[in-house]
Amino acid sequence: MLFFTAVAAICGLTAVLATLLAMADRRLRVQEDPRIDTVEEMLPHANCGACGYPGCRPFAEALVEGKAKPGKCSVSTDAGRERIAGYLGVDVGAEEKRVARLACAGGANVARAHAHYQGMESCAAAALVAGGGKGCFYGCLGLADCEVACTFDAIRMNEHHLPVVDEDRCTACGDCVVACPKDLFSLHAVSHRLWVACNSAAAGDEILADCQVACTACGRCAADAPGLITMRNNLPVIDYTREHATKTPIQRCPTGAIVWLDAKAGPVKGPAAPKILRKGARQDAPT
Amino acid sequence: MPLFASRTFAHGVHPPEAKDDTKGLAIRQFPFAPVLVVPLLQHLGKPAIAEVAEGQEVARGQRIARPDGFFSVAMHAPASGVVRRIGLAPAISGKMEPAIFLEPFPGSTQEVLQGRPCLAASATPDEILAAIQEAGVVGLGGAAFPTHAKLKVPAGKQVETVLVNGAECEPYLTTDHRVMLEHAADVMAGIPYLLKATGAGRAIVAIEANKPDAAETIRAAIPPGAPIEVAVLPVKYPQGAEKMLITALTGREVPSGGLPLDARVLCVNVATTAEIGHLLPQGAGIQERVLTVGGPGVVRKGNYRVTIGTPLRFVLETVGTADDLTRVFLGGPMMGQAVSSLDIPVTKGTTGVIAFTARETGFVGGQREHPCIRCGYCLDACPIFLNPAELGLLARNQQYERMADRHHLMDCFECGCCTFVCPSHIPLVQHFRIAKRAVRKAKAKTP
Repeated sequence: MLFFTAVAAICGLTAVLATLLAMADRRLRVQEDPRIDTVEEMLPHANCGACGYPGCRPFAEALVEGKAKPGKCSVSTDAGRERIAGYLGVDVGAEEKRVARLACAGGANVARAHAHYQGMESCAAAALVAGGGKGCFYGCLGLADCEVACTFDAIRMNEHHLPVVDEDRCTACGDCVVACPKDLFSLHAVSHRLWVACNSAAAGDEILADCQVACTACGRCAADAPGLITMRNNLPVIDYTREHATKTPIQRCPTGAIVWLDAKAGPVKGPAAPKILRKGARQDAPT
Repeated sequence: MPLFASRTFAHGVHPPEAKDDTKGLAIRQFPFAPVLVVPLLQHLGKPAIAEVAEGQEVARGQRIARPDGFFSVAMHAPASGVVRRIGLAPAISGKMEPAIFLEPFPGSTQEVLQGRPCLAASATPDEILAAIQEAGVVGLGGAAFPTHAKLKVPAGKQVETVLVNGAECEPYLTTDHRVMLEHAADVMAGIPYLLKATGAGRAIVAIEANKPDAAETIRAAIPPGAPIEVAVLPVKYPQGAEKMLITALTGREVPSGGLPLDARVLCVNVATTAEIGHLLPQGAGIQERVLTVGGPGVVRKGNYRVTIGTPLRFVLETVGTADDLTRVFLGGPMMGQAVSSLDIPVTKGTTGVIAFTARETGFVGGQREHPCIRCGYCLDACPIFLNPAELGLLARNQQYERMADRHHLMDCFECGCCTFVCPSHIPLVQHFRIAKRAVRKAKAKTP
């Protein structure tokens, strides 16, 4: 008897709970567009955040809702973006490719160090010890925090301990922007070929003792390209909303701080900039 | 009182004291450098505003920069001479900061210009605070926080006790020790100002047990009937940290993210107190400070009264250095800062100039970092009961937000005990400094 009571009780309970669950499933169902899963599958799963969304899933949701265009994803290939656009029946939304750009050209061959930093091999740690020991306080410390942070293998340190961005691989996710303790990286459209490769707020020729390629704030580029370039905080600021595909401003730069970033040949300096032939590090004065 | 009182804080470490070389050496006047560099920002807060022009002649003690608002202090000419230029000079941060370059007159008597005196007996608390700001006094223990801002008790708070901090727990440093021995009268003259400005009822001079002569001298100097006590504390690092001193002497704890005021206490460094007692009765401003020049890399070690603005290069050339000098830092080896240029000047916050040779620095650099073995030594060392091991793992994975939210990262005052005891040589405190900076940066970005 007891046995049957127990079985009946359990069955009853099961029935009640199953009914509740079935009702809950009806009433509380979250209607999710099945296309979100499909679109997410089509995305590269990099979760890099370059699109401005926290990850690929939220971006997929935004795509399906029509809040974003597939072109925002800078990691997908052109074919991938078109596939998503085709699936959703929207246009790709042509976005210009953006890349990370470094506002420093002071590698070990041209920039002098006041002191040798010993300690954790990290720019963030070095920056906290008297600025890192580099003569120029604003310059790249060369300990590769950006190279480590880059998920796409787009940053490589060159022989002068200066990061070089591979424009094809860079997806403009912004990890290097966050990683750099000197705030040297910023994201720019690839068409921004005119570039100020210096971040020094110092003015005058004294800075050349610390870095041969520093901007001395002479203002020649601003004078040669009025309107396009203005001097702010002892640095030229390029107004990229204007026509900027011109090499005029680099012509008279005496240090080569303002450069033309050629897609193939790399940074091109003006004829007035001194040639730098040194291969090794500059002579350092140990403290 | 027994020599080894039981009053102290929990945890902490015992680094080698290394004070024997300089603790017996009397304070000596340091010569004037050919050019003095007086930075306009020698304190925490806003830089002072220069009041002199290039080419102007100034007298020693004359005000050359005025405070810019409440969180700023005045600067005074450290020597009679000519202002050569006002421009950028390297600072301890590695950055170029505005400074006044002063060339002292070689033949001058260098007499100190005196101003309007402020007497503890007759001045009101607000007058005392204004006089302290005008005298350019900041915390001489190293943090260089403007003293008048510290002494300003906000409405609704009260201070029962002023702790005069003479613990000096950092290895190598003996400046506070010598100040207490040689300037006990100034310390005693300074305490009434502190008591009156804060409305506190009593003052305790806290001294570590490795300075029995200083405790004896201070005790003998206490005027009869004055509400001043001397407390001798066991030797332990970081006994001189504000929070630790308060716990040791009052048994109270400064709440997380709070100020000593929340424990109804204020801490003032003993050298700062002596400077107040010395300057305010004359109405003068700070022109020099006592600092220890020591470490194995220095030939003529000692405690020197150095003019503010003396470049480190001149300090080291005058005392002589070992040939294999590899590292120079300001302050002690536990919390001091390595410098990247010898052109930076001695400022109000410089407690010592310590030089190491290849022998000391080579050893540290040669130690390889190993994985955390979860021995828990760091937990037993952390004086504020954080979990450095857990924090270290989080820092490695850049979980800075979580460190701040769940593990009280921002309470860490970077004493370095965890790193000192870590058998795996993990640079914990370095990780925490990076993390704290990242958290502050993120907070500044979000409105």
